[in-house]
Amino acid sequence: MDDAMTAGTISITGAGGDRIEAYYAGPSSGDRLGGVVLIHHMPGYDRWSKEVARRFAADGYHVVLPNLYSREAPGADPDDAAAVARARGGVPDERLVGDVGAAAAHLRGLPSSNGKVAVIGHCSGGRQAVLAGCNLDLQGVVDCYGAYVIGTPAADFPVRAGGLEDQLGNLSCPLLGLFGAEDSYPSPEQVAELDRLLTEHGKEHELHSYDGAGHAFFCADRPSYRPKQAVDGYAKIADFFTRTIGDS
Amino acid sequence: MCTYNTEHARITGSGKGRTGWVPLTDATVYFDHPVHAQAEHTLNIDLTGTGAAGDRIAVELTAESARALVAAIERALGKVPADLLEGPWR
Repeated sequence: MDDAMTAGTISITGAGGDRIEAYYAGPSSGDRLGGVVLIHHMPGYDRWSKEVARRFAADGYHVVLPNLYSREAPGADPDDAAAVARARGGVPDERLVGDVGAAAAHLRGLPSSNGKVAVIGHCSGGRQAVLAGCNLDLQGVVDCYGAYVIGTPAADFPVRAGGLEDQLGNLSCPLLGLFGAEDSYPSPEQVAELDRLLTEHGKEHELHSYDGAGHAFFCADRPSYRPKQAVDGYAKIADFFTRTIGDS
Repeated sequence: MCTYNTEHARITGSGKGRTGWVPLTDATVYFDHPVHAQAEHTLNIDLTGTGAAGDRIAVELTAESARALVAAIERALGKVPADLLEGPWR
């Protein structure tokens, strides 16, 4: 088996025609490969996010991880860029959709693409993955513990992130949701409401809430990491990607 | 959980970061996931000025130590004659 991989920084044209930084990882050979847009968590375009990109590349997918904070702090360390973005209120939804759309177009334009693209995001990226799925033509969405897919933040909420209830009817593809039963954002009640609304709209979906896990249980470099739940979650993601963006 | 909570304050002073001393104009304060501290959540403070993003001066403190710091600051200020606390800044 050829397991050689190519990974490194690229540049794509994102929302508003802006050139933004992104990280690409993918098999060095192969044909008719699916694509994954990976949306980083609120702490930014960090080492762990790039590790996750390489993980999906090792599974046989082209992966693009856009640096959503490229504009706020070009060239800065990921944590410094995240601090700037946070102080300015986070990433506007319209810009997010444009950046993810550009990443998806880049993936579909690769010579060995099969034309199928899924999006996956963690934390704030989970909500943004659902947002992208409601506004772009995609083949799959994976929401890992995204807060405010359901629910409206208080009026003085400092970060741009409103509920997506009124957009779920536009979801273009199947959705996989992975949550921690001990999380408060999103809460188990909000996950149940997401399930209800997706069922009401007739959208193909499967949601899993893990006992013994809270927020960010995939993050292997943080105390919130829960290996048992993360291993099972990765297995569910692998199965979902095979069904939605595999070469079948 | 990600709290997203973020408080802002305008400040006047200086701080020493990776490029040396820099003027500071803004503080961002939030209780959320840390980058480095091995705790699920910490009280995080970013002190910034007009410099580049990398000139940020950042701390991540447990809730207990953040409260201890606030108390220490208040004690320090409380022991100073009031007229010394008034400017002007030079």
